[in-house]
Amino acid sequence: MQVSITVNGVAHERDVDPRTLLVHFLREELDLTGTKIGCDTSQCGACTVHLNGKVLKSCTLLAVQADGAEVTTIEGLAENGQHHPMQTAFWENHGLQCGYCTPGMIMASAAFTRDNPGASESDIRHYLEGNICRCTGYHNIVKAVKQVADAAGA
Amino acid sequence: MTTRIFGSGIKRREDPRLITGEARYTDDIKLPGVLHMAVVRSPYAHANILSIDSSAAEAMPGVVAVYTGADIGDGLAGIPTAWLIPDSDLKQPTHNALAIDKARYVGDGVAIVLADDRYRAQDAADAVVVEYDELDAVIDPEAATKAGAPLVHDDVEGNVAFRWVMGDREASDAVFDAADVVVSERILQQRLLPTAMEPRAAMAQYNAATAELTLWCTSQNPHIHRFIISAVTGLNENKVRVIAPEVGGGFGSKIPCYPDEALVSWAAMQLGVPVKWTETRSENYLITIHGRDHVQHVEMAASNDGELLGVRATVYAGMGGYLSTAAPGIPTILHGLLYVGPYTMDSVFCESIGVMTNGTPTDAYRGAGRPEATFLLERMVDKVAGALDMDPVDLRRKNLIPRFDDGYEVATTLIYDSGDYPAAFEKALDMAGYGDFRQAQADARANGRYLGIGVTTYTEMCGLGPSQVAGAVGFQGGLWESATVRVTPTGKVQALIGASPHGQGSETTLAQIISQELGFPVDDIEVVHGDTTETPMGWGTYGSRTTPVTGAALAKASQKLKEKARVLAAHLMEANADDIEYADGSFSVKGSPDQSQSIQDVALMAHLAWNMPEGMDPGFEESQFYDPPNFVYPFGTHIAIVEVDAETGVIDLQRYIAVDDCGPQINPEIVAGQIHGGVVQGVAQALCEGALYSDDGQLLTGSMMDYCMPKADMFPNFELGETVTPSPHHPVGVKGVGETGTIASTPTVYNAVIDALAPLGIEQIDMPLTSAKVWSAIQAAGA
Repeated sequence: MQVSITVNGVAHERDVDPRTLLVHFLREELDLTGTKIGCDTSQCGACTVHLNGKVLKSCTLLAVQADGAEVTTIEGLAENGQHHPMQTAFWENHGLQCGYCTPGMIMASAAFTRDNPGASESDIRHYLEGNICRCTGYHNIVKAVKQVADAAGA
Repeated sequence: MTTRIFGSGIKRREDPRLITGEARYTDDIKLPGVLHMAVVRSPYAHANILSIDSSAAEAMPGVVAVYTGADIGDGLAGIPTAWLIPDSDLKQPTHNALAIDKARYVGDGVAIVLADDRYRAQDAADAVVVEYDELDAVIDPEAATKAGAPLVHDDVEGNVAFRWVMGDREASDAVFDAADVVVSERILQQRLLPTAMEPRAAMAQYNAATAELTLWCTSQNPHIHRFIISAVTGLNENKVRVIAPEVGGGFGSKIPCYPDEALVSWAAMQLGVPVKWTETRSENYLITIHGRDHVQHVEMAASNDGELLGVRATVYAGMGGYLSTAAPGIPTILHGLLYVGPYTMDSVFCESIGVMTNGTPTDAYRGAGRPEATFLLERMVDKVAGALDMDPVDLRRKNLIPRFDDGYEVATTLIYDSGDYPAAFEKALDMAGYGDFRQAQADARANGRYLGIGVTTYTEMCGLGPSQVAGAVGFQGGLWESATVRVTPTGKVQALIGASPHGQGSETTLAQIISQELGFPVDDIEVVHGDTTETPMGWGTYGSRTTPVTGAALAKASQKLKEKARVLAAHLMEANADDIEYADGSFSVKGSPDQSQSIQDVALMAHLAWNMPEGMDPGFEESQFYDPPNFVYPFGTHIAIVEVDAETGVIDLQRYIAVDDCGPQINPEIVAGQIHGGVVQGVAQALCEGALYSDDGQLLTGSMMDYCMPKADMFPNFELGETVTPSPHHPVGVKGVGETGTIASTPTVYNAVIDALAPLGIEQIDMPLTSAKVWSAIQAAGA
């Protein structure tokens, strides 16, 4: 099937197998491999992207369902060559180790703090339930997200 | 003085590529014409394979080939076990890359499909018709040794793959017979799923003209992978290039060489095109190694005045359907040798029985044998305290080995390098406010609330080498590391290492060591790892060994370069080498500070070689092989405070205090991160993680929907402290810290929960302590 999806501001027209997951479309068709796959069951959040500005696990949607949509992936989060504040916060706070969950964590957290400036630590921990990290014990991830939430709420 | 780089919590140099999605993990790498491999896996835990019909699959669109174990024949040798414990009557069952006559666990591969896309490969794998004759299966390692249990391998009698004995049984019996108090428990160290966030993947490319194989794979030890892939494929080792690109966590699960890596290699050689395989998470849970799986019968002896006299255990360790790469070493050498822990306890005895079962093969999972030892010790110490009606903190304080700075031999024959257990212990108790807590606990109990505290004191052995010890205990490799510090003419540094970090931040930590030693700015130092063609030989990243062992190699290589620089600088300044002073990357002549040569100046002159001292070779590069003279022994005290809701069985982890001593900390932020992550993995074993099987060997926790991964909302912010006791034998004094959190935290939280439930008379609940189990125990106790 023919789809037209705008990813990171660039329009892409592709003929896809109707069963292609959006995450495979991004990774295989567009070679945007920053979006990761960590489970088959929509638990881990490694594949989190923004679809029309909303947070979405891209393994839960078929590419054909994203026809006409605007998608932002980790590769498109920086603006004008500057890291997004959430990327900076993860770096400054040692909010990552192996980095595999990181793109999804950052995408989810960036949308969360945009929508919830000033969020509390407890809010953040609760929200991050949809993103699994095996390395950091979440401590420094929470610290990074709190830094951005505090700045957004100030 | 500039800021001391050693000890500074600088940002990680790894991160820019990771936070932007630019890093390339194995599955991110694309090769033109690549075929995808899907594996047909046994749906039965134990079954004879009667026939395989691949005709329908072969006719499907995009399918290039289907192969069975019979098709491969002797094209691949069996996957070897690389830790053969001496004096244990070890039997190494054949492990074919694809099962031929019999499948031995759910997920055992029976055929492979190669197709032009991963969806089509999987479709075709589903269309391969395999006829099985299902056999009775056995999962519980103790039950598997009983008469009449299904036999997993015909040539492994009674399913006992090895039987390892540590200590003198009669001497141990004498201690226990004479003791005032003996406590005991049957401890289940449940199976855990390592769950590195990146599933495993492998891609192979073969050049028939040069007979060279390149294998990209998710490895913690590409040089070991090369070694084994060479043996399994029959290719010369110098024709095999293994590349571990970005690797998304391992925790031990990416140490072993698996059938899948051999299969993509064989298929690529067979078909002359690149072949890629990427695991799904469900597949990962079925086929990537599991951890722990012990049934332990443990006893501890003590005197009435609270002296710990001895510990002994019989351990049934589930090995699963095959003996994985390092599996026999985990419940033996890495387990029993820790039975003394941090205590002045003279009698130890362990009989560890490695048992074949119809579960997924087990192997090293973060801590690997040491968490299982520390848990049983700390459980027993708390039980002794209960039996003596002594405060468990007082009991520990009475039995801790006093401070030692250079060697302390314990009953297991290990010589601990250094330790100040009382210092870490008292610091942690202060941070927790232990005395006040006991009062608060009593007040809470009076109000029907169940607060508990758990205190763990531990030490552990890591930084694996030395190689002589490795050989003596049957490890089929060395445990040294090597490194090259290469400086370019313009004064930039490439450090090449044989180890293979995969998330630990070692590129940063190791650069800090080099910067400290040589004075190059840390941003001018790159650490190169993961590619067997680019890097010198090394045995890999596991056992908390990269900072201690590779770090030592780099420190010593740097020191050699510095000495060369000093002599060359003296020559260039026409001074005597003895009159050269070094500070912050600059060499100057004593008494004339205006005359100096920077390390970069010297590097350039060494490359130009226009004016070298007599006998000095050109170039500015040094290599170092480093075989550690002993393990390193980090230690510390962890404390958890929990509240159990007696109505629901829900456990609230309110505080977690960790005081760890890993010697001088090179990057305190990275050290803290290792402890945070380790603690969460260990706490999760206590509270929620556990792989469950049905009686017929089906994995019931086969996805993240059923396997309880720890989430952010289960934890408080951690309270970390440290003491600093350098290792006397290490060039910069450091010890490993990658596993301490996992080793210490499981008993800490477990004991806290049991402490909370003490008024109800509850002494034991099998892990994980889910709310359902805790609630049931409370109901059974009649509360």
